[in-house]
Amino acid sequence: MTVSFSSREVAVEQARCSRGVFVGIKNVSIAFGERTVLESFDIEISAGEFVAIVGRSGCGKSTLLRSVAGLETPQSGTITLGEVAASGSNGKPDVRVMFQDSRLLPWRRILPNVMLGLEPGLIPQARKVLAQVGLAERANDWPATLSGGQRQRVALARALVHDPNLLLLDEPLGSLDALTRIEMQQLIEDVWRSRGFTAMLVTHDVAEAISLADRVILIEGGRVALDEVVNIPRPRTRGSARFAALEERILGRVLQRRPVVENQW
Amino acid sequence: MTTMNQPRKNLAVKTQLRPSVVAKQALPWVVPITLLIVWQWASSAGILPSRFLPSPRAVVSSFIDLSISGELWMHVRVSTLRALSGFVVGGGVGLLLGLLTASMHWAEVLLDTTIQMVRNIPPLALIPLVILWFGIDESAKLFLVALGVVFPVYINTFHGIRSVDRGLLEMGRTYGLSGWALYREIILPGALPSILVGVRFSLGLMWVILIVAETISARSGIGYMTMNAREFMQTDVMVVGILLYAILGKLADLLAKGLERYWLRWNPAYQTAR
Repeated sequence: MTVSFSSREVAVEQARCSRGVFVGIKNVSIAFGERTVLESFDIEISAGEFVAIVGRSGCGKSTLLRSVAGLETPQSGTITLGEVAASGSNGKPDVRVMFQDSRLLPWRRILPNVMLGLEPGLIPQARKVLAQVGLAERANDWPATLSGGQRQRVALARALVHDPNLLLLDEPLGSLDALTRIEMQQLIEDVWRSRGFTAMLVTHDVAEAISLADRVILIEGGRVALDEVVNIPRPRTRGSARFAALEERILGRVLQRRPVVENQW
Repeated sequence: MTTMNQPRKNLAVKTQLRPSVVAKQALPWVVPITLLIVWQWASSAGILPSRFLPSPRAVVSSFIDLSISGELWMHVRVSTLRALSGFVVGGGVGLLLGLLTASMHWAEVLLDTTIQMVRNIPPLALIPLVILWFGIDESAKLFLVALGVVFPVYINTFHGIRSVDRGLLEMGRTYGLSGWALYREIILPGALPSILVGVRFSLGLMWVILIVAETISARSGIGYMTMNAREFMQTDVMVVGILLYAILGKLADLLAKGLERYWLRWNPAYQTAR
């Protein structure tokens, strides 16, 4: 991957405070018919923080993300997004979602896909972001000709061109092969560090959560089961002992329920 | 072994390529040309009386006569204009109705049952009533063609819009698209493959209905020309008329295919060269 951000380290700290937005989820309950997905759920995410949300399939982690995005309406509770002081966007934070599938419009070429919802005058900006994700030369191709990983990079570019205050990532790397995943993780981390938006990543890959996030939150039975700060300096290497120990602990906690059930036999 | 075999195989493929391509292109024409030869032979041998079916040569010469006199082109122009205006009116109504019922729940509840009932009436069954209402002038033909064309376009538009990817719609909304922008960017392009199926179907139906309508009541057009020829036992002119419909039908289909290839060029399923 040829992604480089010049003078990254310098820019990081100031950028973090300026772009990111606070997210407060308070007493949120969501149910689909009889089934309760989230029950009086509380978390707070500070501006510019990268939070990963892990849990078993169907634990409600995607629903949580979708309700922050405004795609689901909670039955009760409040979700507040902080005001944006710096940008001139009338104080309303810009929230973008990256889904598990890229959701590119198959009938638009790559550049128009990145430009979705933008003024035509912003073409140079879109090209710049496309170059950042390493796909500048594919601007005039159809999405059907791109690989899965490339499509996700276009989806990332489409989100980034809006310079979001909050980026919601709903298992965006779930369908990619192992090598492409690692590349994409690096790309997402680099972009986050240079731009400083707040990020919420839903994943079932604990290693992915640890390598990217400041904080890993485990959801179980619709509640926060674990809220763990990742104190490993970046860039993080998966082989390190601290990484492995933390992964072991979180995985152990995720899998905890099964042995209990089996012991009854 | 395998590396040695590879080039040889390629060579064999290459030498066989030419004759097989020629055969492939010629093959579809073998049957029609043979039929034509047999037909011509049967006519000149007197087995097939020209009162029953004219010889191919007579058909060609009457085609030439008719086109030189300009009569043929006048009829073709009149028929094409009728067909297309009926198609535009009917297709437009079908498209709008489909958009409306697929997008608004109340419209579906209000209209769909009625449309499904009317759809099952063969348009040609209305000919007696239509003649009563409109006489035999242009509006009668326009009405019949439009009525026949409405429903294929309607059903396919409805289906196309209903089957637009929910994920894309959701994505579009998170990018602030709504109303007309959502239609232009996502709903219409997503429904287009299905709408074009309806258009192709309609174009076929358009000619069928027009032929019948013109044969029954008209003062010009290909159907009129054919029926008029029958009164004077001009079998050659009748065959020219029938062949014209075949050619025009094929042209309409080519047009629809061309539209598909242009509008759906993003879709790998339509990118195959031919």
